[in-house]
Amino acid sequence: MNFDYNEEQQLLADSVRRYLQKDYDFEARKKILSATEGWSERVWATFAEMGLTGLPLSPDYGGFGGGAVDLMSVMEAFGEALVLEPYLPTILGALAIAKGGDAKQKQSILPRVAQGKMRLALATGPRGVVGAPMADRIVFGSDGRLRIVSREEIEVRAYRTVDDLAAGDIRFDGKGEPLAGGVLDEVLDLGAALSCAEAVGAMKFACDTTLEYLKTRRQFGVPIGAFQALQHRMVDMYISYEQAKSMACLACSKADGALEARDRAKAISAAKIKIADAARHISQESVQLHGGMGMSDELKISHTFRRLTALGRRFGDADQHLARFASL
Amino acid sequence: MDLNYSPEELAFRDEVRAWLAANLPQELKDRGHLSKEELMRWHRILAKQAWVAPAWPKEWGGTGWNVVQRYIFEEELGYAGAPPIIPFGINMCAPVLLAFGTEAQKKRFLPRIYNGDDFWCQGYSEPGSGSDLASLKTKAERKDNHYVVNGQKTWTSYAHYADWIFCLVRTDPTVEKRQEGISFLLMDMRSPGITVRPLILMDGAHAVNEVFFDDVKVPVENLVHKENQGWTVAKYLLGYERMNTGRIGESKRELRKLKENSSSKLSDVRFRDRLTRVEVELMALEITNLRFLDRMRRTGQPPGADVSMLKIKGTEIQQALTELAIQTADPNTRETQALERRYLDMRKTTIYAGSNEIQRNIIAKMTLGL
Repeated sequence: MNFDYNEEQQLLADSVRRYLQKDYDFEARKKILSATEGWSERVWATFAEMGLTGLPLSPDYGGFGGGAVDLMSVMEAFGEALVLEPYLPTILGALAIAKGGDAKQKQSILPRVAQGKMRLALATGPRGVVGAPMADRIVFGSDGRLRIVSREEIEVRAYRTVDDLAAGDIRFDGKGEPLAGGVLDEVLDLGAALSCAEAVGAMKFACDTTLEYLKTRRQFGVPIGAFQALQHRMVDMYISYEQAKSMACLACSKADGALEARDRAKAISAAKIKIADAARHISQESVQLHGGMGMSDELKISHTFRRLTALGRRFGDADQHLARFASL
Repeated sequence: MDLNYSPEELAFRDEVRAWLAANLPQELKDRGHLSKEELMRWHRILAKQAWVAPAWPKEWGGTGWNVVQRYIFEEELGYAGAPPIIPFGINMCAPVLLAFGTEAQKKRFLPRIYNGDDFWCQGYSEPGSGSDLASLKTKAERKDNHYVVNGQKTWTSYAHYADWIFCLVRTDPTVEKRQEGISFLLMDMRSPGITVRPLILMDGAHAVNEVFFDDVKVPVENLVHKENQGWTVAKYLLGYERMNTGRIGESKRELRKLKENSSSKLSDVRFRDRLTRVEVELMALEITNLRFLDRMRRTGQPPGADVSMLKIKGTEIQQALTELAIQTADPNTRETQALERRYLDMRKTTIYAGSNEIQRNIIAKMTLGL
């Protein structure tokens, strides 16, 4: 039993966090957001230099052979910084190809993903595909079939999600290249587990910044954190965060460690239920405790609210996972 | 990151589980309220196995287990439906004596606590002093080589079973800082002037009492630590390592029983989802608890305010399970009575041992710095 990241994971998490603190603070993020594309090629190139784009891929393709817990440490940091770049869609697309592709497909795509030269998205339907506008290939799954569709074959109607991610509705007429379809569930479960880690990072920011606000905002001559009505609500946010973090640990350690698919799915659904509930609780309370400032677009907390709102529903909302949990 | 127990820890768990299967008497399982004889019977079974006081130093009968083993042990007791180990002697009075007591006090009391010769209770709360414990008024006046105690304690669990009571009493009413005039005193419940009056709770059970002290003479050698330093002792006890504040084993057992008894209700999606949410909270709490234990094991630091979080979540889960349980039987039927009694009984959990509001105050202050 050990709940820490190992040394390598910790080093990776620290360096990602340092980079984001330095070059991806709220102001820098705002600039990226105001550009037409809504994401930064330069940031993406840095992710590649840091080894993040190849993190879960085999060394055969220039990757580092990392697992879900390695990715978890990255996703927590990304959640805290509200990263806009299509990291998770690319990683999930790449893993679908790594698990279900033939040698030629893997060889033609994965090294380029690792080098940061190619971005991917994973679609389970034609609508709401996160990362589609900037994807060079889209892994498209429907009716248990999985195929790789290249950008040229697709028409993308782009828009931004509630948390400012570039997404799109897609249409394509071509057939694409088939992949083994059986891997989709596993990849989606990994996506769900990693979205839990991302949410935990965002929750950490929401809790930290709200606590800071309670200590500095003064009304009636005292910091508002002196009021018990607010103290107890802050404590409940903190408890929600710890419980959510525990479930993210469970989900990520089962995502590629579980011996049975049922065991994996059950743990990940349980985590998604807790994370969805905690994301709602923490985001709503953090805005409420900030008062009017919590509503302002100028503070990161409102952007965190939007990210947590989206993460509570991505890869299945609480109701869907309650149903799946009960069916397993 | 590895959330699984090590092979050694699993082997330890299996050993405890097998021993419980062989040694926990069927008639003591899953009982709400037990008689003194039943509680002591279980205490002596554990004492005979040398497992009744795992956290004590080895020289006094402790097992030498690490924090994870102690947690596993307590979880298994709960999961098996075993009676509780009454904490007042083993987990409260004894740690205080080990930390603050004289050699004579340790030798006199510890073996008797271990063997179950003395049943202890705790004299903290008073009618006017609940959450604000430092306002307590029961006074002890020094006269020659004894104290004379007058006043009243309340909510005293098992006072009607107890041979001894440890009490916080006021020895100096003149100090400005209220905490500085309090002492920690051990009293023989057979002393003249002690009267115990039952307080029947809403489930009809007699577990708590009022205890009245009327010119009770207590020898000075029953003072623990220094006079007027009792608050230090009380605070030490609050921070004392408790492994099972979350009652996880117990709640796992209740959850399992609830699932077994609610098969017909599980087709009701509303009920099913409420049950699942409680199950998920319990899974999360177990991992949170293990995360804290893991940190304790590595840093050697006491758990501090973490315990408060476990208490809040653990008791909320206990209560939620009883609330769901009463839904599994038709109202007004004979079958619902035991479930309803447990529901009533469990309302105490968010109030006792520092109400959940006090626990939130502790986290706000200690962890969050508010």
